[in-house]
Amino acid sequence: MRKLYAVLSIVMLVGVLLSGCGGGGTGGNAKAFRVAVVMPSAINDLAFSQSMYDALVTIQTERGGAENFEIAYSDGTFVVDDAAAALRDYASQGYDLVIAHGSQYGSSLQEIAPDFPETSFAWGTTVDTFVAQGIENVFAYEARAEEGGYVNGVIAGTQTESNVIGVVGPIETGDAKLYVDGFIAGIQAANPAAEVNVNWIGSFSDVALASEAAQTLVNAGADQLSGTAQMVVGAVGVAEENDVAWFGTQSNQTSLAPTVVVANQVYDWTVVLDQMFDLIEKGTLGGQAFALSLENKGLLIEYNSAYNLSDEAKSAAEETIKGIVAGSIAVNVGE
Amino acid sequence: MIGDLFSARVIIGILASGIRLATPYLYAGLGETISQRSGVLNLGVEGQMLMGAFAGFYVALTTGNLWLALLAAGLVGALMGLLMAFVSINLQAKQGISGIGFYLFGLGLSDLLFQKLLGRVETVSGFAPLHFPWLSDLPVVGKIFFQHNILVYIAFALVPLTWFLLNRTTLGLKIRAVGENPDAADSLGVSVSRVRYFTVTLGGTLSGVAGASLSIALLNVFQQNLTSGLGFIAVALVYFGGWKPGGVLIGALLFSMVNALQLWVQTLGIPIPSEMAVMMPYLLTIVALVLAGQRSQAPSALTKSFNRE
Repeated sequence: MRKLYAVLSIVMLVGVLLSGCGGGGTGGNAKAFRVAVVMPSAINDLAFSQSMYDALVTIQTERGGAENFEIAYSDGTFVVDDAAAALRDYASQGYDLVIAHGSQYGSSLQEIAPDFPETSFAWGTTVDTFVAQGIENVFAYEARAEEGGYVNGVIAGTQTESNVIGVVGPIETGDAKLYVDGFIAGIQAANPAAEVNVNWIGSFSDVALASEAAQTLVNAGADQLSGTAQMVVGAVGVAEENDVAWFGTQSNQTSLAPTVVVANQVYDWTVVLDQMFDLIEKGTLGGQAFALSLENKGLLIEYNSAYNLSDEAKSAAEETIKGIVAGSIAVNVGE
Repeated sequence: MIGDLFSARVIIGILASGIRLATPYLYAGLGETISQRSGVLNLGVEGQMLMGAFAGFYVALTTGNLWLALLAAGLVGALMGLLMAFVSINLQAKQGISGIGFYLFGLGLSDLLFQKLLGRVETVSGFAPLHFPWLSDLPVVGKIFFQHNILVYIAFALVPLTWFLLNRTTLGLKIRAVGENPDAADSLGVSVSRVRYFTVTLGGTLSGVAGASLSIALLNVFQQNLTSGLGFIAVALVYFGGWKPGGVLIGALLFSMVNALQLWVQTLGIPIPSEMAVMMPYLLTIVALVLAGQRSQAPSALTKSFNRE
């Protein structure tokens, strides 16, 4: 029997190893800036995790490649305990900055960060740096997702003909909630008569349910759809099948449905990462909170050039962006 | 607002969604029924589904041939099933634990292959909804029953076929005998391990197809952890269904329709917190499991390795 358990444990071990697959950084330069990031979904999820990974790769290129800027990551770490182990692991390997890219990793980080006072950590999306708990080596970052949501909402509200608009969300919290609240506020500003239906599916990963939620929203009359988080890839397909306009967020989702994607709010984390790196190089390891916004160009609205957007909707969107940047339009949503 | 739930478009929507959502549960649940009736609990369904989903997606994307893609999904599922059979029959490993191992293996390997071979989320044009002359255009009935893709119909056709296999064929008799009393079956000259190899491999094949019913028919995308726990629900539905194909059908439809119902509850803005709404199908499953537990008997030899003494 002993042999059987040995075989069995090997099968399981291989499974665990494979499921925790991540990329390692290369580079032997002792002076290289070394960053490690733990993410809940895949680096190519066309959403939350990809936005962070792409930003790190951009910075790596700007700083002269892997020799000067080393990246290590663990993606698909949706189990919080696994993420905690990975965070601790990276910290003990002496990375300069260890990023916990997921609101759900907060309590783990709160335990880990004090054990590595020389290491800088970052946690997002949140505004909490744990300074109140006496922890001084954690940066916080978030995205004002409601701003781009508002712009998307203005376009959707302007071009809807059925006056019914649908949204698919994961769980009613964090930047998903901010985005959806902003989207609704934008619709109401542009078209008070429009009805907005929201479906929270209770999961960040259930692609099948997200797609059925989108179908339900279309059946209820929606001619404009949006959604946030990585499980919306199925919902984008439903939009395309039914020829319903789609508004993306977090990453540019145009490639999924080139005929119906109107615009995407794209996160560019380089804006906040650069600020963190500068502070770390000057010796500040945490205690500050950063946010992506339309104003600091951490949030960008990327239009799909293949979509025939009316001049009216386009100029409404541009006016809205200007208004939010200038402060004349206040997107008042909050947790 | 509650009254809106009883309008025609909502009821049509719920029934049509329920039928679509039930499809992967049917493939995986029927496969699991066959394997459990022979005494093998396969908890690796989720991993087999993920591997099938990826294999189907990849072949569809690279060759454009959907039937070839379906075949690939079935073959990969069968291979996973064979491995499971080897571990649980020859090595006599604990079925629950080794099943979890196979789940993690499938989850990890499908993701690794996805990252290495594709590297990004893409779409594929999968099995499109069929259009039957006359039938699909019928009011109400057409929308509910006659506008689905071919894999949906095959899944429902498998319900009577599985019943027939289990209850009206010699092989089915052997499967049930092996699952109830392997010693007696063995003394009558039935090869317990051969029967179990067959059922677990067939179960794996159907799980692979279940994955493909998502990746190349319902969703037409693949991403990490695409199935997101569907395979475990399918295993629960086998218990729910009392190890009978018809029971699995009822369970799959009920679960899916309650899920579709909660989507409509939210869409119509009925003031129930979304957290409550998404719990509805799971609550229902637990309640039904408790009730069903008193009604049906599991195969006596379920999870027990067979050792000829």
